[in-house]
Amino acid sequence: MTLELSLNQQPAHARQGSSIGQPLTRRDGFLKVTGAARYAADNHPPGMLHAVLAVSSITRGRVASLDIEAAKAHAGVVEVMTPRNRPALAADPDAKDHPFMFRLDLLQNDQVRYPNQTIAVVIAETLEAATEGAALLSPRYEALPARVGLDDAESFVPRGVGVGGPAVQHKGDIEAGLKSARTRIEATYETPAQYHNAMEPHAIVAAWDGDRLSIDTPSQGLAMAQGRIAGLFGIAPQNIHIRSPFLGGGFGSKGMISGPQVLGILAARLVGRPVKLVLRREQMYGPVGHRAPTRQTLRMGMDGEGRLTAIHHHAKTASSTFDDFFEPAADASHTLYASPAITTSHEAVRLDTGTPLFMRAPGEATGSIALESAIDEAAHACGMDPLEFRLRNHAEVEPMTGKPFSSKALRECYSQAAKAFGWASRPLQPRLMRDADGFLTGWGMGTATFPAIMFQAEARAVLKADGSGLMETGAQDMGQGAWTAFAQIAADGLGLDIEQVDFRAGSSDLPNAGIAGGSGHTATAGMAIHNAGAAVIARLADLATGNEASPLFGAGNEGVLARGGRLYRRDDESRSESYAEILARAGLTEIEGHGKGAPDPASQETYAKHAHGAVFAEVKVDPDFGQIRVTRLVGAFAAGRVINPRLVRSQYYGGMIWGVSFALHEEAITDRRSGRIQNANLAEYHVPVNADVPSVEALLVHEDDPYVNALGIKGVGEIGITGTAGAVANAVWHATGVRPRRFPIRIEDLLV
Amino acid sequence: MRDFSYLRATSVDAAREAAALPGAMLLAGGTTLIDLAKCGVTEPDTLVDITHLTGLDRIEVNERGATIGALARMGHVADHADIKSRFPAVSEALWQAASAQIRNMATMGGNLMQRTRCPYFRDPSNFPACNKRQPGSGCSAIGGVTRGHAVLGTSEACIAMYPGDLAVALVAFDAVVHLGERRVSVDDFFLLPGTTPDREHAIELGEMITAIEIPGTAAARRSTYLKIRDRQSYEFAAASAAVGIEFEADGRTIRDLRVALGGVATKPWRARAVEDALKGKVLEPETVRAASLLAVEGAVDHGANHYKIELAPRVVARAILKLGETA
Repeated sequence: MTLELSLNQQPAHARQGSSIGQPLTRRDGFLKVTGAARYAADNHPPGMLHAVLAVSSITRGRVASLDIEAAKAHAGVVEVMTPRNRPALAADPDAKDHPFMFRLDLLQNDQVRYPNQTIAVVIAETLEAATEGAALLSPRYEALPARVGLDDAESFVPRGVGVGGPAVQHKGDIEAGLKSARTRIEATYETPAQYHNAMEPHAIVAAWDGDRLSIDTPSQGLAMAQGRIAGLFGIAPQNIHIRSPFLGGGFGSKGMISGPQVLGILAARLVGRPVKLVLRREQMYGPVGHRAPTRQTLRMGMDGEGRLTAIHHHAKTASSTFDDFFEPAADASHTLYASPAITTSHEAVRLDTGTPLFMRAPGEATGSIALESAIDEAAHACGMDPLEFRLRNHAEVEPMTGKPFSSKALRECYSQAAKAFGWASRPLQPRLMRDADGFLTGWGMGTATFPAIMFQAEARAVLKADGSGLMETGAQDMGQGAWTAFAQIAADGLGLDIEQVDFRAGSSDLPNAGIAGGSGHTATAGMAIHNAGAAVIARLADLATGNEASPLFGAGNEGVLARGGRLYRRDDESRSESYAEILARAGLTEIEGHGKGAPDPASQETYAKHAHGAVFAEVKVDPDFGQIRVTRLVGAFAAGRVINPRLVRSQYYGGMIWGVSFALHEEAITDRRSGRIQNANLAEYHVPVNADVPSVEALLVHEDDPYVNALGIKGVGEIGITGTAGAVANAVWHATGVRPRRFPIRIEDLLV
Repeated sequence: MRDFSYLRATSVDAAREAAALPGAMLLAGGTTLIDLAKCGVTEPDTLVDITHLTGLDRIEVNERGATIGALARMGHVADHADIKSRFPAVSEALWQAASAQIRNMATMGGNLMQRTRCPYFRDPSNFPACNKRQPGSGCSAIGGVTRGHAVLGTSEACIAMYPGDLAVALVAFDAVVHLGERRVSVDDFFLLPGTTPDREHAIELGEMITAIEIPGTAAARRSTYLKIRDRQSYEFAAASAAVGIEFEADGRTIRDLRVALGGVATKPWRARAVEDALKGKVLEPETVRAASLLAVEGAVDHGANHYKIELAPRVVARAILKLGETA
C-alpha cells in the first residue's frame, strides 16, 4: 500500500514546524480533497460480487416466506443467503461473553426484532442486480404489535448503565437536602432517539483465502473487530487482516463490528468470491446502533445563598428487547456541581428497536442538556446569574467520590469564554433583549465536561541506518486527525523531524492501538507511540554513551537529549552525534523499540480525571414565528496538553455544532403504529447546515496535568457536545421566556 | 434495480411521442425522478432524456412578463438579473428551495412536477396503503406522523403536502404553464387531491411542459417570498408566503395584492380571501393581521401539524407588512 508514502510526500509548506503543539494541517488532507484516499467501499478485488441486504419492513414478528426463486431467477443474481443456507458460525451471535460484546443479527433464525433487521442477503454480479434481487424476495410476515415509546413497555431498573456503572448511586441524604432547601426546582426533559449518520455508511469488502480472511472496512477498533470476527468464524485472529486507513465518520457506530459487516464476510464465504456490502442510508437506522431516547427528571434544592443542597437526577431510557445498552444519562450529575446530597438513578424499558449503542458522548450528551437546563432553572429560581450560580456551586473535589481533580481549569474556561462572549452585560430576566430587526435575543451558557479515559495500546518504533524512523500502531483515523497528531507524537518521541518519520496506522497487522473512542485514542495510542520512541532513544543512548569513540561517551542515559536526528550531551550541546553515525559505529542496520499506553492504576485510584469547558450561546428568535437561529457560540476548553491546536479546534467546533444539532435539529421520528422511523434519510433527519452555525469560536485554555499520563493529554473528541446543547436551550429561554423541556426545540414549541 | 430503457430525445415532438408510450417518463434534472425510483415509488420502463434539447432553457424577460424555458435550471433563474428585479418573489422562492447542488441540477419544468415528501407515499415497501400511489388502497398518513402534512386542501383520501416553493410564487402572479400549444394557469395545473390524489397535475399523456410564463405586473415587481422553517437551509417550509403588492398613487392604499401559501396545503395555495379583504384598504398592521387570518379559513389539522394553522397567517401578515415598509 502506498498510503504512508503519499502522506510523506506533501509539499513542505504544509509541514511547517514539526512535532507536539504545532498546528500542522492534516497529513491526509491532500489525499482526501483529491479523492485519492481510498475508503473501504472503494476497494474492488478481482472477481468481487456485490451483496445487498433485504431488511425487515415489520418491527416485530417473524418472516413467514421469501420468494427466493424469484430473486435467483433475476439475471446476475448469484446466491441468496437466508437462515437456511447461511454458513455455520463457530459462536452463537446471541451469546454475550462480556459487556462489550453485543448481540448480532446474522440470519440465525426467522425472528424479526426491529425494523431494518436483515432477513436475507442477495449476492450478485452487479449492485443493480443484487438490489433488484432483494426487492424480488417479496417477504411475507407474521407481525406482532410494535413497542416503540418510553411508555409502551414495563419499566425496570437495569443491572448496569453505560459500560456497567451502577444504575442507582447515592451520596448523602437527598430528601433531607431538599427539605432543608430555601428554593427548589423540579423539571422533566425529553430527548429523542438519534442516529449517528456518519457520511460514510458501514461498508465491507471481504475476501477469503482458505481460512485466511482479508477485509476492508471502517473500524474504530481494529483489534476488537479482529477478535470478534475470529470468535464468530472460529479462526485465529492473526489470520484476519483488516485495513481501515480512513473512516468517513464513526461517532461510536463503528466501534464494534456490526451485524451487516459480518454478513458481508458470511456472504463471501458462501459464494467463495470476494464480496462488497454497503449499507443504504436507511439501513443504518437499526443494526448499527443509535442514541436511545431519554426522559429525565431533575430535582434540586438550594440554600439562601444559592448553594445546592441536593441534586436528584433520574433518567428513563430504553434498550432493545434482546440486548443491554442503557444510556447513562443521569451520571452527568456525578462530576460537575458540588452538593452534599446527590442521587442518580436510571430506569429502562425494552423496545422493538435495534440495540442502542455508544453515540458521541453517550450519557454525557443526553445528561448534560437536562442538567444544564435544570441548573439554569435553579439559578433563575434563586435570582442569580447563571455563571455566578455555577461558580457558587463549583466543585473543588469530584462531588460523587470526593476525589481531588488531577487538574481542573474550569474557572479559567468560564472567565475566558465569558469575556470573549461579552456575558457581563446580560440582563437577568428573559425576553428583554431585541436586536435591530426586532428578533428576541437570548444568551445562555452551559458547562462542558468529559472524563479523561485511557485504554490499552501498543506501538513499535524502528530507527533505520539512515537515521530515519518508522512508527507503527494500528490507530484509527475517523476524521479527527489521527494520521497527523500521532505522527507529531512519533516525531517527538523519536527526536526526529516529522518528515523523517514514516508513520503507519489503520491496519490490523500493526500493534494494537486500542479503540478510537471514549475521547481516549490520542492519550492511549499517543503514550504507546511516545514510549516506543523513548525505548529506541534509550538504546541509542546506551550505544553512544558506552562507546569511547563517541563524543557522548560517559554522558549516561540521563545526560543526553534527542533532537532533530541527533543526540546531544545535556550539559554541553556542542558535543553531539547523529543517529546514523551511532548506528553505523555499532554495526547495526536498525534499532527497534516497543511502547505501551495504559492508565496508571495508582493515579486512577487517587484522582478524578476530567476535561472541562464552558460554552456560551447567543440565539435569535423571531417573536411571531418561533424560528430559532444560533448566531454565536463561544466555548473555552481545558483538556490537558494540546498536540495540534488546529485539529483540536476542529474537534471542538464539530462537538459544538453537534450540540446545536442536539438542541435544535436531530430527532428520529417514529410512526407509533408500525414502529418505523419516518425520516431515515439525510433530507429529513436534520443536522445543522453551514448557515445554521455562522459563528463558532473555540478557545484553548492552557492546562498542565501531571497525573493523567506522561504527555498530559486528556481528550477532546466528545466534550464539545456537552455544555453546548444546554447553552443553546438556555439561550432560547433567555430570548423567549419559554423553557424548553423537549428536544429538539421546534417552531411550535415557541408559538405563543 | 429494475432494468429500464434510456432514450435521448432529439426534438420536443419526439420526446412527447416517446413519453406517451406506456411506462415512459421524461427525465430532465432527475432530482425527483431518480430519488423516487430509488424509493420504489416510480418504476419507469423507459426514461426519455430531454436535457439535450436546445432552446428550452431560455429566460426571456420584457415589459409584458417573463417566459422561462422548461429546461432552465432553478439556480440560473434564481440568479437572473431581470427575474430578480421584476419578479423578486420568484427569485427568492428559488434560492430558498432545496440546496445549491439540487438547484444547479433541477429544471423549472421538473420543479413543477415535484412530488410530495409525505414519508408514507415515499415508502411503498413498508406502507402499501397510499391513495396517491395506489388509488383506493387507503391513506397511511392519517393517524401517523403528520407534522409535515397539509392543513388546507386535504381530503379523506389524502393529506400529503405540496412541498415546493417556486410554484407558490408562480400561482400568486397568475403564471401560466405552456404545454406545447396548450396553456394552463399554474393554479389549474395543480389539482386538489379530492377522491383522486393519484392525479396531481393537469397534464395529459403526450404533453410536455415547454415553458412557464409569468405576466409582468406591478405586484410582481414589488414582491417577496418569506419561508419559515426550523433549519436555515435545505428544509421544506413549515409555512411560506409569496406576496406581491401594488399601491395606489397615495402609496398607502392597496390597489392590487397577491398572496399564496406554501408548506401548508396540498397544492400551491392562492389566498384570494386575504387579497379581497385588503384590496382598496389602507395598509395598517391591524388590518393586515386580521385579514391574514383568512388565509387558513377551513383549515383542518391532523394533530402535529396544527401549528401550521397558527403560523401561516403570521407569515402572510409579515410578508405583506414588509413590502409595505419598502413603499
